[in-house]
Amino acid sequence: MIGLNHYLLLATILFGIGVYGIFAKRNAIAILMSIELMLNAVNINFVAINKFIEPGNTVGQLFAIFIIVVAAAEVSVGLALIISIYRHKKSVNLSDFNLMKW
Amino acid sequence: MSITMNDVIFVGISSLTILSALGVVLSRNIVHSALALILTFLGVALTFFQLGAGFIGLVQILVYAGAISVLIIFAIMLVMNVDADKTNQPNPSREIHFWGALLALVLIIGLGSSIWHSNLSMFLGHQPVADAVGALADLMLGKYVVAFEAAAILLLLAMVGSIILARGDDE
Repeated sequence: MIGLNHYLLLATILFGIGVYGIFAKRNAIAILMSIELMLNAVNINFVAINKFIEPGNTVGQLFAIFIIVVAAAEVSVGLALIISIYRHKKSVNLSDFNLMKW
Repeated sequence: MSITMNDVIFVGISSLTILSALGVVLSRNIVHSALALILTFLGVALTFFQLGAGFIGLVQILVYAGAISVLIIFAIMLVMNVDADKTNQPNPSREIHFWGALLALVLIIGLGSSIWHSNLSMFLGHQPVADAVGALADLMLGKYVVAFEAAAILLLLAMVGSIILARGDDE
């Protein structure tokens, strides 16, 4: 019988994979992708807890929608930043991004 | 306790999701990473369908698997200047890999074991709200209308900001 803990475990594993991706990658777009994985894990948590603990309303689903909105805004601004830095540096490698170091 | 159809479907969907998420992180070609990311989004959408949240599942497919993945692939094509197989090299420092894997494992094992030993499984699934879209609309335009408007403004600002950032300064 699949219960709440199975869904929470799935979300935890997705979140852990995202954390590893942020550490292990050098390409800035790959790091954005890892952040997307972590946001998806949070969404699974919201919807699962909504269903199992408070099935009478849909507040968890509403917050999942807000997270999707914020993630869309984050991805568009992040990719615009990456394209804009690429124009100057000709690289998307994070170790080349030292514009704000001194 | 017997294995039901629902359990088999859950195991299938979650293994698809986790394997494609591993593909995102471990692939050396960033285009393959992006395609695996679309599979992950679809797996998460199927999880939402299984949770009885059909509307969120559709939004997930529409926004993530549709729009965000196309945006990411466009950005990849715009900034790719080396051979595709070398686009997504792992970080050369072994130390960072070690710390990243350690943090991820501590998270998964620590959180996972505390979830597993909690009494959360005694909450059995009830029938979800019949008219989830109507309930969502009531909340969104009722109690949470300020958050709704703030999200709308955030989307507008993100759109304007990304246009300005990506256009560059072309005197």
